[in-house]
Amino acid sequence: MTDTETRQSKRAEQFARLAEVISSRKGERGALMPVLQEAQAIFGYVPQDVQVAIAQGLDVPLTEVYGVATFYSQFALEARGEHIIGMCLGTACYVRGAQKILDRLSQELDCKVGHTTKDNRFTLNATRCLGACGLAPVMMIDDEVYGRLTPEEIPGILDKYKGQKAS
Amino acid sequence: MELFRAHVLVCGGTGCTSSGSAALIERFDQLLASNGLAREVKVVRTGCFGLCEAGPIVIVYPEGTFYSRVKAEDVDEIVTEHLLKGRPVRRLIHTDTASPAAPTSLNHIQFYEKQRRVALRNCGVIDPENIDEYIAFDGYQALAKVLTGMTPEGVIDQMKKSGLRGRGGGGFPTGLKWEFAYKSKANQKYVCCNADEGDPGAFMDRSVLEGDPHAVLEAMAIAGYAIGANEGWIYVRAEYPIAVKRLNIAIEQARAYNLLGQNIFGTDFSFDINIRLGAGAFVCGEETALMASIEGRRGEPRPRPPFPAVKGLFESPTILNNVETYANVCQIIINGADWFASMGSERSKGTKVFALGGKINNTGLVEIEMGTPLRDIIFDIGGGIPNGKAFKAVQTGGPSGGCIPASLIDTPIEYDSLIAIGSMMGSGGMIVMDEDNCMVDIARFFLDFTVDESCGKCPPCRIGTRRMLEILERIVEGKGEEGDIEKLETLAKNIKATALCGLGQTAPNPVLSTLRYFRDEYEAHIREKRCPAGHCQALLRYTITDKCVGCTACAKACPVQCISGKVKQRHEIDQSRCIKCGQCQAKCRFGAVVRG
Repeated sequence: MTDTETRQSKRAEQFARLAEVISSRKGERGALMPVLQEAQAIFGYVPQDVQVAIAQGLDVPLTEVYGVATFYSQFALEARGEHIIGMCLGTACYVRGAQKILDRLSQELDCKVGHTTKDNRFTLNATRCLGACGLAPVMMIDDEVYGRLTPEEIPGILDKYKGQKAS
Repeated sequence: MELFRAHVLVCGGTGCTSSGSAALIERFDQLLASNGLAREVKVVRTGCFGLCEAGPIVIVYPEGTFYSRVKAEDVDEIVTEHLLKGRPVRRLIHTDTASPAAPTSLNHIQFYEKQRRVALRNCGVIDPENIDEYIAFDGYQALAKVLTGMTPEGVIDQMKKSGLRGRGGGGFPTGLKWEFAYKSKANQKYVCCNADEGDPGAFMDRSVLEGDPHAVLEAMAIAGYAIGANEGWIYVRAEYPIAVKRLNIAIEQARAYNLLGQNIFGTDFSFDINIRLGAGAFVCGEETALMASIEGRRGEPRPRPPFPAVKGLFESPTILNNVETYANVCQIIINGADWFASMGSERSKGTKVFALGGKINNTGLVEIEMGTPLRDIIFDIGGGIPNGKAFKAVQTGGPSGGCIPASLIDTPIEYDSLIAIGSMMGSGGMIVMDEDNCMVDIARFFLDFTVDESCGKCPPCRIGTRRMLEILERIVEGKGEEGDIEKLETLAKNIKATALCGLGQTAPNPVLSTLRYFRDEYEAHIREKRCPAGHCQALLRYTITDKCVGCTACAKACPVQCISGKVKQRHEIDQSRCIKCGQCQAKCRFGAVVRG
């Protein structure tokens, strides 16, 4: 198969999974949020065609789907990098120097906060409190939490992800 | 139940898990098996012990030996020395500043001595993924007592007598809330749990859910019986994966034992619980916004009345309580309202959990009796400020609260006393700040948070907080003007009076409280273009004094090559090119580079 064909078949498979999610939740009160969450887990983000599929599947107006998807910071409307970095900017982390860590991340990755690196490897986000204040400052890369960070550690931590694909 | 001669409790809270506690459990299991101890010693992954700073934490019972910062390679020694030969490994035992001689049991550690654990009683004691352990610690006894021997009115009466007030921030009397919903006539009612812990720097609800999830489920069932609801909803942050997983396990186990489901304890009371994940919106901590979000809509608040007790989730009467509030309910039922009311102070009964963070030695989770002075928490339990720095302020109540200055450190922790000094109890975040923290920048930080999290529905919050943030940003950048303070005060007053929901109404508090106690810092920024704490980058100036011996270390470290000078002669910084990174100061071994 060519690259395009592989991509197309992957996409078709993703939409098939989405259809299953929708049919299992259809009629449930307040189903839109959980469906969007599962859609994001399947696709990695919720682009317009996915929103359209959800609107049609759940029989809710597309404006409502778009309204909800844009209201909550968890939903991404654009594709994200292979690894998601969430630098905690909660109060405890902030008073312990989280901004310096974030600046270093931004410098090392040559990428602004809220954006994805050119090689598509990392998306750098500043997040709300991760609730690991005992280890401040902390960041999460995918599901892994890194605590008691110093700016000097950042390059070493990022190196661990450079050769590796997201699981 | 099998009997073991020793128990190894390994903290599985988020803090210790991040510090590597999962690898410890694996290593313990391996080594206990290879040493033939698997049937004698049991390893339990518990919830949070509270002292996250010292994680990962391992406690060995029956002695109660408290090991801190344990690494996987230390496990061998604990197994061969302590568990095989009965000799605790002294070098790993936790010591604190007050008791440098390693205490033999956790009861002698100062961090725990002044605490009183009610809401956290099972956290760090039981395996949260095993319902039998919860039951062994009186679990589901309160529900049995309520269903088989109490009327709904009786339950509400106990809650009212206990004096329990909401632990999520507002401090509304819980019994009264239940009574309103009880009196609303409807076929369908709901019990909701607010686990959307959004205050930055607060993680007590997370720890309760991770360490003792059944306590919340049981209390919700009791609330259901009291108000006449058979369906519960827990709204929990998606950012808390461990808590979500343990809640799901707990619900499954409770259903399997018919402690949730149809005809609980053979009575005609039925109750079940659903989980809904949040999606990263702080405003969903507000009750009407939370319910809108469960309904699958944008989490925007609506005006009240009607209050949720009359018209809440899916238009039905609903009560919403916070996780920590629920964590107190079963204890009140078992031990009685008088027992609970005997703790705390006149108008604030019981205990409160705080997440202690920031510039403090013992960061972590503490539970104290209401009325305890702030000083006890910060200096006795918290162990004071690290690196010999001076204590400057403590922030409570998150973005809705305020900064309490060092001069008010003897204030007792109560709902009303904290409001009187311009802060609030909030959900329990307590962030300690030292002399290096700039209070104007802290106010800016919180406004930045509020602007980001404002849902946009009402103009005072959407536009007003943004105007306040713009002024604060100007001030910390050295572009503040005369009149800025007065503008901030006017905006604050108007936003407080006119915003739709609690988020907006309290958003100006961090600015008002810092203005009240640290006005001179604002004035220094505006008039002298100076940051007294030496924090605000734009106002910083690095200079080299005559202590300089001309070693050239600073010039080599400078990333923009703006330091000039000959070897063995005093160097100089070109202020026009300096980016204020501070690397010269970090490199100087003679204390010749000063910041100010």
